[in-house]
Amino acid sequence: MMTTLVYDGTFEGLLTSVFEVYDRKLDRVNLQKTRLDSNALFEDKLNVITDNGRANRVLKGLKQKISSMGLQRLYSAHLAEMDGEDNNLLGYIRYAFDARQNIEEDYGNKFVLRVSEVVRMVRREKHRMEAFVRFQKLKDGLFYAAVEPDFNVLPLLIRHFKSRYADQKWIIYDIKRKYGIYYNLHNCEYISLDFANESKPGDVVAAFTEDEEIYQHLWKNYFTSVNIPSRKNTKLHVRHIPKRYWKHLTEKI
Amino acid sequence: MNVDRITEKLNILADAAKYDVSCASSGSKRKNENKGLGNASNGICHSYTEDGRCVSLLKILLTNHCIFDCAYCVSRKNNDIQRAAFTVQEVVDLTINFYRRNYIEGLFLSSGIFKDADYTMERLVRIAKKLRTEHKFNGYIHLKSIPGASDELMNEAGLYADRLSVNLEMPTEAGLKLLAPDKNQADMIKPMGYIRNAIIQRTEEKKLFKKAPIFAPAGQSTQVIIGATPENDNEVLHSANYFYKNFNLRRVYYSGYVPVLADSRLPALNTSVPMVRENRLYQADWLMRFYGFKVNEIVNDSQPNLDLDIDPKLSWAIRNMQAFPVNINKADLQMILRVPGIGLLSAQKIVKARMFGKLNWDQLKKMGVALNRAKYFVTCNSNEFERRDLTGSNIKQFILATSQSKYLKNTQVQLSLF
Repeated sequence: MMTTLVYDGTFEGLLTSVFEVYDRKLDRVNLQKTRLDSNALFEDKLNVITDNGRANRVLKGLKQKISSMGLQRLYSAHLAEMDGEDNNLLGYIRYAFDARQNIEEDYGNKFVLRVSEVVRMVRREKHRMEAFVRFQKLKDGLFYAAVEPDFNVLPLLIRHFKSRYADQKWIIYDIKRKYGIYYNLHNCEYISLDFANESKPGDVVAAFTEDEEIYQHLWKNYFTSVNIPSRKNTKLHVRHIPKRYWKHLTEKI
Repeated sequence: MNVDRITEKLNILADAAKYDVSCASSGSKRKNENKGLGNASNGICHSYTEDGRCVSLLKILLTNHCIFDCAYCVSRKNNDIQRAAFTVQEVVDLTINFYRRNYIEGLFLSSGIFKDADYTMERLVRIAKKLRTEHKFNGYIHLKSIPGASDELMNEAGLYADRLSVNLEMPTEAGLKLLAPDKNQADMIKPMGYIRNAIIQRTEEKKLFKKAPIFAPAGQSTQVIIGATPENDNEVLHSANYFYKNFNLRRVYYSGYVPVLADSRLPALNTSVPMVRENRLYQADWLMRFYGFKVNEIVNDSQPNLDLDIDPKLSWAIRNMQAFPVNINKADLQMILRVPGIGLLSAQKIVKARMFGKLNWDQLKKMGVALNRAKYFVTCNSNEFERRDLTGSNIKQFILATSQSKYLKNTQVQLSLF
């Protein structure tokens, strides 16, 4: 009999679900996040209530089965929030628990391979954000950037931007997920802005420092000057910067 | 700030620098330890031009005034173009402000030679020094070593820059003499040799004293222009191999000649850029650096040029059919790396995954192996494989028939006769 587990979408919730699977000795399981409604008739449905104590027990056990690097990878695969991936993550964790040896590099296994693919996709998106964030300097000296990444990668960006821009205040705001990260010269914190007024791009422009538009203009000029027309290769260009990123790229606006 | 004047300078001096193809911003390990601006630990391409090349650094010339008259260069003395020069402060401001907005990884600064080598090199070093000391800038800095510059200046350059490079320009000395009569290879090799020795010496010091300053942590690179002179791929790759081996270069860049000037010594202005050849040279370069191939296996006197219609690894494989098929579940990593259709990452995955169980076609495919090429050269945990006794040229035909070169899209569709 197939049991459907419904959890809240958090990493702790995922780990609690693993606890339930072993606690209730479940075999065939379908894991999904709360928002998805399932209408399958003959199934057991179980709401998993996230429990930090249980999640921690699973985490502790998992640390004995996989490396801390492997755990980090699992976490970033979960961050991807991709539809239908919950069962692969669960499958990976169950495979790790049930195996005698460390299975992180068993790429012949479908769960291990899939998790490594998802991790690669998330890392690529993280790397793209490190490249495509375009800060705009505002009057109060704050550097502001809006992004719309495919996956929820902001938490993965903190370390990079914090060590790089240690001497300037900055915000990277995920418009799609309506939250951002703010660095105040000491720490990074999660923020959500009330965009009632600021959602219009025109308002951000009004808050620019006086030289902001000059540097945007110079950057656009630079971008055009370095192109070699006789080597034009639009397909390659679009493969490197897919069109969905253009609206936040100063040089492509 | 006079915006129009700066814009004009930027346009002229970025345009003149764009034929230098080096774009790397990786390979350094400079950290932001002084709570300053930036770090240079990871290569990031912040944008891509419409020709598909990466934009990682602010790549400009300090000036395009030049006392030399090299035939292939837009900035040559006798070329009638607009000339401009940045001040030290202008370059510093542009770098800092672009960097703070996350447009770039750092600065790539080159220059035409004005007055003499040391005078020019001194200006380049002064900019790097100002960025590092006055602005606590830890981003990536790539400086050109000006041929003929003194050891003292090269030493100072190494203290502030992450990478240094001298462009050899032509793959052979004869080619250089033909197109750049004012330059000689000995002048170019001298600063390269100095930097090589200094890097070795500083690395030793660093082992003894942790606080010893880092010196050109991203090493040296060079560039050769392809297709302006008649050298074949054998000469080009042997020359690259020589510099990799003797000067510990991190990279050799191959730049397909873009006809910008009319000169009887050069290909005509309407000649197309040798993009396929350039691509094949890079593939061969990767085979030498990452796949354990010796330069002689790729090109030699009986095989002086790379195949244009297939990649050099496939080309090697069909010339060496006796080495195949390779058993995926048993062969050494070194041999798996030689299979066409298997890249570095797939090869490493295969070697790790097979410890858990024998691999089959389906698993190989999912790991990212290009089976359309690899299937002719491997066996795995399956009864199905290409048993037919195919010759190398059969395989080449099959592969060409089932794949399409990414370069063909740029050529016109062949017209039907009827």
